[in-house]
Amino acid sequence: MKKVELIDVSKSYDRQKDVISNINVTIEPGEFFVLVGPSGCGKSTMLRMIAGLEEITGGTLKIGEKTANRLPPSKRDLSMVFQNYALYPHLTVEENITFGLDVKKVPKADRKKRALDTAEMLGLTDYLKRKPRELSGGQRQRVALARAIVSEAPICLMDEPLSNLDAKLRAHMRSEIRRIQKRLGITMIYVTHDQVEAMTMGDRIMILHSGKIQQIGSPIEIYNHPANPFVATFIGSPPMNLAAADVRKEASLLVLANGTEIVMPKGSLDEIAEERVTLGIRPEFLMPPVTGEGLPVFDAEVTNVEVLGHETVFSFVAGEGEWTAKWNGQWQIQPGDRIPIAVDTGSACLFSLEDGRLIRKAADRQRTVTKEGAAL
Amino acid sequence: MSTIREGAAQVPAEKRPGVWTRTRRGRTALLYLLPSFILFGVFVFYPMFRTIYLSFFLTDQRGDAAVFVGLDNYRYLLESAAFLNSAKATILFVLYTVPAGVVIALFLALLANEKLKGIGFFRTVYSSTMGVSVAAASVVWLFMFHPSIGMFNRFLALFDIGQIQWLLDPDWALFSVAISTIWMNTGFSFLILLGGLQNIDEHLYESAKIDGAGYFYQLRRITLPMLSPTLFFIITISLINAFQSFGQIDILTKGGPAQSTNLIVYSIYREAFVNYQFGTASAQAVFLFLCILVVTILQFKFGERKVHYQ
Repeated sequence: MKKVELIDVSKSYDRQKDVISNINVTIEPGEFFVLVGPSGCGKSTMLRMIAGLEEITGGTLKIGEKTANRLPPSKRDLSMVFQNYALYPHLTVEENITFGLDVKKVPKADRKKRALDTAEMLGLTDYLKRKPRELSGGQRQRVALARAIVSEAPICLMDEPLSNLDAKLRAHMRSEIRRIQKRLGITMIYVTHDQVEAMTMGDRIMILHSGKIQQIGSPIEIYNHPANPFVATFIGSPPMNLAAADVRKEASLLVLANGTEIVMPKGSLDEIAEERVTLGIRPEFLMPPVTGEGLPVFDAEVTNVEVLGHETVFSFVAGEGEWTAKWNGQWQIQPGDRIPIAVDTGSACLFSLEDGRLIRKAADRQRTVTKEGAAL
Repeated sequence: MSTIREGAAQVPAEKRPGVWTRTRRGRTALLYLLPSFILFGVFVFYPMFRTIYLSFFLTDQRGDAAVFVGLDNYRYLLESAAFLNSAKATILFVLYTVPAGVVIALFLALLANEKLKGIGFFRTVYSSTMGVSVAAASVVWLFMFHPSIGMFNRFLALFDIGQIQWLLDPDWALFSVAISTIWMNTGFSFLILLGGLQNIDEHLYESAKIDGAGYFYQLRRITLPMLSPTLFFIITISLINAFQSFGQIDILTKGGPAQSTNLIVYSIYREAFVNYQFGTASAQAVFLFLCILVVTILQFKFGERKVHYQ
C-alpha cells in the first residue's frame, strides 16, 4: 500500500494557460479517494497525470516516497480501470485478465491461479472463455475490475467506471468496489462526476472545478460545511438553495431580494462583517411549520410540485430565483399556492458575496443511535 | 373477462387483402433495386454470360460466334506453351506484388499513425499515389527505368555497378513491372490500413502501457489482431488487382521481352483485339475468372479464421 502525493501540480497544454493548477493533496495508503467535479473540470486529466499517460507540466508527483514525474506508467505500481473498460475485444475474458501478467512474464501456473482467484472473487468463473462482446455491460465492467485487481498493484485508478451501467447495477457495483477495496487494502483514486458515488464511496472527496481544488474532506464534512457556493450546489440533491441577502444585525434578520425576511438565531450574525451575503440552506431544512415547531416561518408562492410518494419536493419563489424544499410525506400543494415554510436557521450557511468564502458554518447534524433507543 | 370477449366479437373480421395489396412492399423494393439491376445487367452480367458463351465458339472478324467447338478452346489453351507461360508470369507477378505491397503499406501506415507534428504531410504523401493514374505513373516509371538516362541506372553508376536493362532483360522485366505496381498500389492500401489503425481504441494501448507492454508486444498482441479485418480486405483486393493488372504492362513492356511480362489480362487483350481470336480470348477470361474465384474462396476459407471481427 502506497501513498500518492501531489505537490503544487499543474498542467497546461499550450504552456500559457493552466487547465489544472495548484493541486496539493496527499492520498493516504489504503484510502478511497474520490475526485469529483463537473465535466471538463480536469479530474480525468489529473488521474491520467498520476497514471503517467499525461505529462505533468509543473510540480511534483510522489508515489510512495519516490518522485514519479518522469516514470513510465508501468513503473508506477498502479492499475487503472477506464471508463469504456478498454477490454481487448479479440481476447477471451481469461486472456484479458492475464494480459498484464503475460507482459510481466509471471510464471504460467501462477498466472492461471491468480486469474481464477480474481475471476471467482468477481463471479466471472463461468465466463472465462467468452469474448467481451458476448458479455453484458455489467460483466464487462467486472472484467475490467478483475484486470486491475489481478495485477496486485498497491494503487488503483478508476476513471468513471460505473458511468456506462444502468442505475440499479451502478448502485450494486458501488458497494462491491468499495468492499473489494477495503478487503485488499488498495489505495484507490476514483474519478466520477456523480456526487452520489462520491458521497457513498469515498473516505475523502476532492471537489474540482475548472482545474482548481474547491474542497477536500470527508463526505459528511463537505455536505455539512461546503467551503463555497459551488461545492454547496454540487454536492447534495436537490442542491443547496442559495440567495443573496441583506444583513440586518440589530434585528438578527436576513432580507432576500423579494423582501422575504428570515429571522436568524439571536447573535448569530454578530461576527459578520459584510452587509450582503449569500445565504445557503439545504432543501431538507425548509420544513412544514408543523414539524419545524418554534422555527421562524415565512410565506412563499409555490411554482412546481413533485410528489414522490415518500417525500414531496416543491419549488417556490425566494429572492431573485427559486428555492426547492423537501418535505417528508405526501403533501397536497398546488402550484400558485402561498404556503408558510419553516426554516431551520441553525443549519443555514452564509457565504461571502465577493469571494464565495464560507463565513458561517451550519450546525452539525450528525446523530447517533443510543442503546436505549435501540432497545425500544 | 366477459366484457372483453363481447367487445372482441363486435370487431368485424378483416377481409384478407388481395394479391396486389399484399405484394405492395415487394413491388416497392423491386422499384428501388431496379437501377442496380439494370446497371449490373448491362455492364456486368450480360458481358459475363456473353464471354462464357463465346468461349465455346470460334469467332469471325467482328467477334460474332461462328462455329461451335465445345471445350476445344480450353483444351487448346492448356496445351499452349504461350498461355502456360502467361499463367506462370501472372502467378509470379502476384507473389512479387501482393506480400511486398501489403507489408510496405502496413509499415508506412504504422509510421503515419504516430502522433507527430506535421504528420498530415506524410499521410498525404504516402497516400498520394492513389491519385496518380496508372498511365501517368507508368510513363514516369518508364523514364526511371530507362537504361541510359534513367534514375536507377544513374544511381547504380555512382557505386560502379553495371547497367541493368530493367525493362529489356527478360530476367528483370517482370520484377521491374512489379516494383512499379507496388508503388502504384501503396497509396490505396496505405490509406485503408491507416483508417483501420485509427479505428483502434486508444485506451487499449494506454491500458497495455500501464501493464508495461513494449511497442512490439503491443503491435503483435493488439494492433495486428485488431487490424486483421482490414488486412484481410486489403490482401483480397490486392490479389484481385494483381491478377487484373493491365495498364502498366501495356505502357511499360507490351508483354515483352520474350513474353516474360505477358500476364493473362494482357494476353486476353492481345488475343482478342490484335489476333481477333475472341473465342480463345474468352476462354482465357473465363479461366482467369475461375482462378480469382478459387483464390478468393480459399482466402475466405483459410484466411478468415484468423480474422477477428468486432
